[in-house]
This record gives sequence, C-alpha cells and structure tokens, in this order.
Amino acid sequence: MNWRSIRTIYTKELRDLLRDKRTVRSMIVIPLIVMPALTFGVGKIATMVVSKARAETPSVMVLGGADSPDVITQLKKEAKINLVPEAADWAQQISDKKLRVAVRLPEKFEAGLKAGAAPTVTIYHYEGELKSGFAVGEMEKFFRGLSAQTAKERLAEHGLPATLVQPFETKRENVAPPEKVGGNTLGGILPYMIIILCFMGAVYPALDMTAGEKERGTMETLLCSPVNRVDIVLGKFLMVLTGSLSAMALSLLSMSVSFFLLGSMFGGRAAAVAGAAATSAPLPMIDPLGIFGVLAMVLPVAVLFSAVIFTVALFAKSFKEAQSYVQPMVFVIIMPAIIGMLPGIDLNARLALVPILNLSLVCKEMLSGVWHWNYIAIIFGSTCVYAGVALALAVRMFNREDVIFRT
Amino acid sequence: MIEAVNLTKIFRDKKRGEIFATKDVSFRVVPGEIYGLLGANGAGKTSTLRVLATLLAPSSGSAVIAGHDIVRAPEKVRAHVGFLAASTALYGRLTAREMITYFGRLNGMADAAIRARIKLLADELDMHEFLDRRCEKFSTGMKQKTSIARTLIHDPAVMIFDEPTLGLDVMTARAIVRFVRDCRARGKTVIYSTHVMSEVEKLCDRVGIIHDGRLCAEGTVGDLLTRTGETDLEEAFVKLAGIKEAA
Ligand SMILES: Nc1ncnc2c1ncn2[C@@H]1O[C@H](COP(=O)(O)OP(=O)(O)O)[C@@H](O)[C@H]1O
Ligand SMILES: [Mg+2]
Repeated sequence: MNWRSIRTIYTKELRDLLRDKRTVRSMIVIPLIVMPALTFGVGKIATMVVSKARAETPSVMVLGGADSPDVITQLKKEAKINLVPEAADWAQQISDKKLRVAVRLPEKFEAGLKAGAAPTVTIYHYEGELKSGFAVGEMEKFFRGLSAQTAKERLAEHGLPATLVQPFETKRENVAPPEKVGGNTLGGILPYMIIILCFMGAVYPALDMTAGEKERGTMETLLCSPVNRVDIVLGKFLMVLTGSLSAMALSLLSMSVSFFLLGSMFGGRAAAVAGAAATSAPLPMIDPLGIFGVLAMVLPVAVLFSAVIFTVALFAKSFKEAQSYVQPMVFVIIMPAIIGMLPGIDLNARLALVPILNLSLVCKEMLSGVWHWNYIAIIFGSTCVYAGVALALAVRMFNREDVIFRT
Repeated sequence: MIEAVNLTKIFRDKKRGEIFATKDVSFRVVPGEIYGLLGANGAGKTSTLRVLATLLAPSSGSAVIAGHDIVRAPEKVRAHVGFLAASTALYGRLTAREMITYFGRLNGMADAAIRARIKLLADELDMHEFLDRRCEKFSTGMKQKTSIARTLIHDPAVMIFDEPTLGLDVMTARAIVRFVRDCRARGKTVIYSTHVMSEVEKLCDRVGIIHDGRLCAEGTVGDLLTRTGETDLEEAFVKLAGIKEAA
C-alpha cells in the first residue's frame, strides 16, 4: 500500500467526478434539495389529508328507526354528522364512498330500551377507509353516550346511584420522555432514509469509476501505470465512500436546517407540541447523542455498500449493464430497512447479525436514548467484518483479468 | 531491452474453450531497434503486448523488460514501459495537462519534474495551444498527441505500441510513425504491432510474423522477402504465416 498513490487516485477521481453533472446531481443536489423536500412534502400532504378528512362532516344513513323518533331527533341534532335519507343501495353507496357509514336500528329500538331489553345497533362501514373510520368513531361515541344515558335512567328508576355501573374511571397519561416518543416515531424513518441515501450516494461514483471507465477505455490506460492494483482499488473505493457519506451528510444537514427553520417559524408552539405528543408534531424530539450514535453505526454500513456496489459494477462492461445489476439491489436494501421500521420488531442477538436490519433496529433504540452496548458492539463488529470481506472481494475482483478485460 | 521466452497466453472461454492467444513466443528487441509484430486480426498481437506490459499475466513462459521480470516485478516493468494502444483512452473530463500530470504522479514523479517534462513534451509535440483544454473536445490528432505525452511522461526505456494508427487519418498516422522513429533515435527499445504491411516496411528494423498465436517467422523485411522469393511483403506474409487461401 502506497498512500501517495492512493491519494493521487482519490484526488483525480474527486476532480473528475465533480466535473460531471450527473454526479453532482446524485451526490449533492438530490440529497440537499430533493430528499428534504420529499420528506416534508409527503409529511405535509399526509397531515393535510388527515385534517381535511377530520374536518369533513361524514354522511350517515339510518336504516330502520321509524319507530324510534327520539333517537333520530338526537342524531339530527348531532353537528358532527350529516344525516341522509334511507336508500336501498346503502351498501353500494358505502363502497362508492358516497356514504361513510350506515347504522341499523333494530325494530322497536326505543321501546326496547324503555322495557329494559338489550338490542344491538349495527354500524356498517368501509374497513380501512380513513373517512369511514372517522364516521364510525363519531357513531360509536354517540351510541356510547346513549347507552350511558339509558343506564343512568334505568338506575334512577330503581333509585340506585350512577356509580353502581361505573365504579371507577380510567384515564391515560404519557410518561415516556418526549425524546423516547420522538425516537420511536422518527427512529423508524430516519435510519431508513440514511440507509437509502448511503446507497444512492455510492451508486453513481461507483458505476462511473468502474464500468464507466471500462466503457470509455480509460481503465486500460490506468492499468498501464506502475501503481499497485490494490492502491487503485483503495483510491477509487475511498471516492465511492465519499459519495455515499456526503449524500447522507448533506441531506441530514439540509433536513436539520429545514427542521430548525420550521421550528423557529412555529415559534414556541412547536416546542410545546413537541414536548406534549409527537404524533402530529412537526418537531419530534430525539436524543441528540443518538444522532452521533447513528452516524458512527452508519460508517461500516456505508463501507459495506460502497464495496459491494463497486464490486458488482466492476463486473459490468458498460454503465448501462452496471445499472441493471445495481437497480435490483435497491430492493435488497429497502426490505430489511422497512422491516426494521415495523412496530414490535425488537433487537435480539440473532437479528443483531443481520446487516441493514440491525442498523435500522439499533438506530431506533439509540434515538430514543436506549443504549444496549452489547448489541451495539455486535452490530458494529459484524458490520465491520462484512464490510472488510466486501472490500477484499473488490480487490480480488479487480485483480481478475476476465473481469477487467471482459469482452 | 525486451527478452521474451516461450511466452504463452491462454484464455478460457465458455463457448470456444481454451484459446491460445499467444503460444510459445520468444524474441528479443534491443535498445535503438524497432521490432514489428505483423499479424492479421485475432493473430494474438494485443494479447502478446498486454502480457509484456503486465496488463495480463502470462499462462506460462516469461519475459524480462528493462531488466525486470514481468511475473515477479510487474510494477517495476510498468515503470519502465510506455504503452500506447488504440484502446488506451484519455479521461475526457480532465485537461491534457491534468491527464499527463496524473500519470506523472502515478509514476512517482515530483510535481516540479512533471512540470518541466510537460513543458518539454508540449514543445516537441506542439501541444501548448490545447494543453489546458478538456480531452473530450479534442480532435483525434490532439488526443493522440496527449496520449503520446502520457506514455512519455516518465521517459520509459521501452515503448510498446499496439496498432497505434488504427482508425486515424493519414496525417495523424504519419505523425505517429515519425514519433516512433524518434523513439528509436533516442535509443529506446520499441515494439510495434500492426496489420499494415507498408508501416512495417517504413518503420521496422526487424519483423516477427504472428499467426494463430505463434511466431511463424522473424527477420528484416529483406530477409523475409528473400526467404520466400517474393518481391511483395504481403505475399511473403501469407506464405510465412502458412495461410491457405480459398481459391
Ligand atoms: N479477454 C479475452 N477473452 C477471451 N478471448 C480473448 C480475449 N482477448 C483476446 N481473445 C482471443 O485471443 C485471440 C487473439 O486476440 P488478440 O490478441 O486481440 O489479437 P490481435 O490483437 O492480433 O487482433 C483472438 O482469438 C481473441 O478472440
Ligand atoms: Mg489487437
């Protein structure tokens, strides 16, 4: 290994790549602008959709109930729903999203209530549809109220106190510190984004410096120089790693700046909201130390990605061919990252050995301020081993004539 | 000095099986001499020269170049070799100066020495006008000059040319031929592969005829003509290579 040669190759590749518009786009512009825009954009749209759905008064149809005029009157008075006349095709209307829910009142509902019977009210809805779900919530609230009211009346009839059927009350309160709540919500998405960015940032430089060079005929020129091939691989590999890390660092930077700007825009409100509940807060709080933890853990993963993409791209004869090899790899990367985001999957010794998934899981913990040092050590160590193996493979690949001079 | 002994290069191809691109080739080239490697397409010229330049490892046999063994000290060999082929391209996004400087540094030269050498080469090759422009916009002539300067930056004792005039226009090709002669005049050891008879007649002190990976005959152009009783090198080549032409 000769550091001077490695540095010479690295500097040349850096200059060469920075002069290429496509690299600048993939390494700088996309992470700096597109990623935060996308994240905030999607977040913003999601919030808008939900609040618009909440703001809408759902149309509700009552089936039957001609013999229960009091209940109907109460429903008509309910401001949060819009009662529509009964129609035969109610089920179709729900499927068509014209109607949110339909409620079937059994025959002689009111009379039954007065007589002490226990009739069943059925709410027909559209499973999994957001607006239908909200309407179900409204209807359940209404009938819970009616049920409680009926119970009270029945107790009063018998001269019994209301506490007989409601001996105690429950209420819920969050005791998890805000950074844990934030870590849990943001902890899922942040590692996922970091993993994708690390991968994306490495792709373009890796392809350009391997398959691209073979295609343009400069690889043979480079091999004419007396530099050891290991040094060539290392110089190029370091450049790929730079692309990977800079894509990640730049997008994290621009996202923090946007968070900060948003935060100051909303002023004190943001801080209050963030402290209270992270569900709809624009600024979920996370453990700041966790960020450094995440960055440290990402390093070997970036090395692993860079080396793997480099090796795969080296095999290709042309840039296009290399792209066709690398594109399916995106799914291999995304799958474990998504699984790591799923709720309920927690770190254990076996999962700690699964690359990418382990990163996703440990990041979630670190951002919530939980530090399982033994797992962290296993994950860091195993990923370093994988990365080392991948790098060794890259060197071996580069030394193979049938790969470098593939025709 | 180039000394090849029983050089053999075998490629293993899925469809074609074992291909002897170079088979038991032995020859010697001394300083101040241009040795021509004459052969048709697919004869094994490129493979032989790539093995000499240590881009490929020989399957068996060996060669010593400028006192270094191609198998045991490939990096030292490359430090004393300038390799120029139709397939060795330039980095399009670098300027000619950056390109040449890069190869100077890869050869372990100090920046001051590189600057001085570029000045000298640019004078000789008349490159000053485009030295600081990017290679991607160059004409073939400018590209060829830059490539030559790239191979000469470390002043190698041995020059290997693999069909350097392939696809070039007449004037650029002539400039290359002149430059190859120049290398001989400076006492460099030169090996030059081609399939063009006239280039061999104009340039080479000695010729090796290569066919199907084998070196079939060797000598001066005059030798080869008398040996076959021909007056035309092309006829002599066909006879010596043992090519049976369909009637
Ligand atoms: N990388 C390779 N893999 C397999 N076969 C090859 C490879 N390179 C060259 N060959 C084969 O070796 C033979 C010699 O090729 P080459 O040395 O390029 O000849 P020339 O330069 O004289 O045209 C040809 O049959 C060619 O197809
Ligand atoms: Mg050839």
